[in-house]
Amino acid sequence: MNVIMAGVGGQGIILASDILTEVAMRHGYDVKKSEIHGMAQRGGSVMSHVRFSKQVFSPIIPRGECDILLSFEELETARYLEFLKPGAWIVINRYRLPPPTVSIGKEEYPDVEGIVREKTQRFMFVEADNIALSLGNRRVLNSVLLGVLSTLLEPDVATWEECIAVKLPEKVRDINIQAFRKGRETK
Amino acid sequence: MKKILSGNEAIARGAMEAGVRFASAYPGTPSTEILETIAKEFPQIHAEWTPNEKVALEVAAGASYAGARALAAMKHVGVNVAADPLMTLPYTYIRGGLVLVSADDPDLFSSQNEQDNRNYARFAKIPMMEPASSAEAKDFVKAAYRLSEEFSTPVMLRTTTRISHSKGIVELGEPEDPAEASLERHPAEWVMLPANARRRHPVIEDRLKRLTDFSNSSRFNFIEINDTSMGIIASGAAYQYAREAFPDASFLKLGLSYPIPDLLVREFAAKVKDLWIVEELDPFIENQVRELGIECHGKDRIPLCGELSPDIVRDAVLGAEKKGAKPLNLPVRPPNMCPGCPHRGILWALKKNKCFIAGDIGCYTLGFLPPLDAIDTCLCMGAGINHAHGMSKVLGDGKRKIAAVIGDSTFFHSGMTGLLNLAYNRGVALIVILDNRTTAMTGAQDHPGTGVTLDGSKNIDIDMEGLVRALGINWVQSIDPYDVAMARQKVKEALEQDGPAVIISSAPCALLPSRKVPGVPLRVDADKCTGCKVCLAIGCPSIEFKDKKAIILDTCTGCGICKAICPFDAIGGDV
Repeated sequence: MNVIMAGVGGQGIILASDILTEVAMRHGYDVKKSEIHGMAQRGGSVMSHVRFSKQVFSPIIPRGECDILLSFEELETARYLEFLKPGAWIVINRYRLPPPTVSIGKEEYPDVEGIVREKTQRFMFVEADNIALSLGNRRVLNSVLLGVLSTLLEPDVATWEECIAVKLPEKVRDINIQAFRKGRETK
Repeated sequence: MKKILSGNEAIARGAMEAGVRFASAYPGTPSTEILETIAKEFPQIHAEWTPNEKVALEVAAGASYAGARALAAMKHVGVNVAADPLMTLPYTYIRGGLVLVSADDPDLFSSQNEQDNRNYARFAKIPMMEPASSAEAKDFVKAAYRLSEEFSTPVMLRTTTRISHSKGIVELGEPEDPAEASLERHPAEWVMLPANARRRHPVIEDRLKRLTDFSNSSRFNFIEINDTSMGIIASGAAYQYAREAFPDASFLKLGLSYPIPDLLVREFAAKVKDLWIVEELDPFIENQVRELGIECHGKDRIPLCGELSPDIVRDAVLGAEKKGAKPLNLPVRPPNMCPGCPHRGILWALKKNKCFIAGDIGCYTLGFLPPLDAIDTCLCMGAGINHAHGMSKVLGDGKRKIAAVIGDSTFFHSGMTGLLNLAYNRGVALIVILDNRTTAMTGAQDHPGTGVTLDGSKNIDIDMEGLVRALGINWVQSIDPYDVAMARQKVKEALEQDGPAVIISSAPCALLPSRKVPGVPLRVDADKCTGCKVCLAIGCPSIEFKDKKAIILDTCTGCGICKAICPFDAIGGDV
């Protein structure tokens, strides 16, 4: 199973992919994940690859072999379409963060839905930021998206929630579990 | 017990399990987390940030001379700084195991070049180990200490960004007891005067022969025979890519890639029909294979530049056209200086004084990007001051508006010698020290200027102005970069000096928790805003432009630089 999580710095992508990695290990899989830290962290694009199966070699997903793209920001979705396998699922958070050239009016924010639709019909939009805000903390949007992701993967909800609990400090544990459950209810 | 660790975390864990007592480093992507993990999780190891990589390797060598196992970690270009001790250390008696971790950066995710540091192992005639996963990273560190002590040699362990920053499952082991430190004297092996060093050189050459024997029998080099029509020799991340791209091929995996196992290579080459060498960057293994008189494919097809991937390896070997649709032309998100960053104020002041700005390594290098367009050179740590001096000398009086900017951490790393040279040789350049009290680019590590060490204790307090004066500079002024008008005036004054001038632009990094900023976003008065776009020229991510007016976002820290440069007094709020 090959999952790409994409978005921008500060959206909790690294943590979300850490949680998925832990879930996969607890299900007995070999697992690897790869991402680039460093210069990408300050408002730059962030992408994390998570791979799990009986044995994983490369930590990066080859083009054309991604099963699920979990996108935290609309435009970022469009950057990774060439990684998708035919029949792959795309989950898109309905949230736009204009890149610098767009915010100063030099470029237009692209029609992401149109671009995605040309490639596949297997995509869904999720209001993860709004769901997180309704719970009182926008930062839990990553747990909302993990909830959605979990419905496309292994159904063992208990393991997911244990891993979320392990990876998060106590004071935000409950709200993240709630966010995860809200994500699972999203269709 | 199993745990998911990054390559860097696994190296730290391996050091602990190997009984390492001393670890040193200068922060540099992608190596930084090695020392951070040691400091956080294994306090039994003395871990320290050093001012630069040369110091890091030399203090580690000192610990080794005293009988302790020691580790020095750095990014690939850091090894250039440490190259002086590295080339002679192999001549000396290595008492406690000494491992140098070099984290290379194929594809330049956060570096100024993509040099292949495996070449250093050959240059220094020391063993090179290349882990291909987190599990191997931990395992190889422990093996590297045994190897170092058995052969009395420094050992280089080379990761790449994909090994350092990827995570995988690691089986945790029990720690060994660290060796006790003790004082011994070995002048014939430690005093590298010509007479001693001359006697030590043959020792190295003999050791290389014995290391080759070791390489042939090492469990880190092994053959996997499968379909013999294709045989691949590979190491590090490239092994994983090739293994995935060609699951049916036969493999010779090299964990110890210098010196290569000559007998194993010959045995493998005899068994397979087409021999391929798959490696990132230089033909390091390939050249060693060819020196054995064995024909092979390698860099005739595999790219020399950038990092590999399973699909790049597959396409290169099969000679396939790069598949996939043509890339979409999407707006990019380049890294940018943060909202509230103090560098914007001083870079603006320098630009307004029409300076040529020699840059250095740090966040301020991002000032190169439009719309700021402020940085004119960036070569390596500490180079900016020296560029400025060399340029202003040959340009002569009257033509100079040459400035250099350098961060505080970089200044302590290798800027002080340049500044001393500027004073000593009566230079005329303006040097601006961007003193933000941290090593910001790599994620806010302390350095000698903050006086805070890796264990969190504060030991010294450096007076930056006093230090600059002590280096022979008479004209030194400290400024607040948020006071843009004053900064501009001081730059003008500095440029009028007959001799070298230093401005210390003093304001903490916007990301430091200690930073006292108003934190209240400023607002644009839409009636006063004429849409002139002057505020956009500082490239602040908190300023948008919509419907011919500037808009300030909630990410604004209220630093006030845009307010100061707005010609129409249209930006307000408490500053």
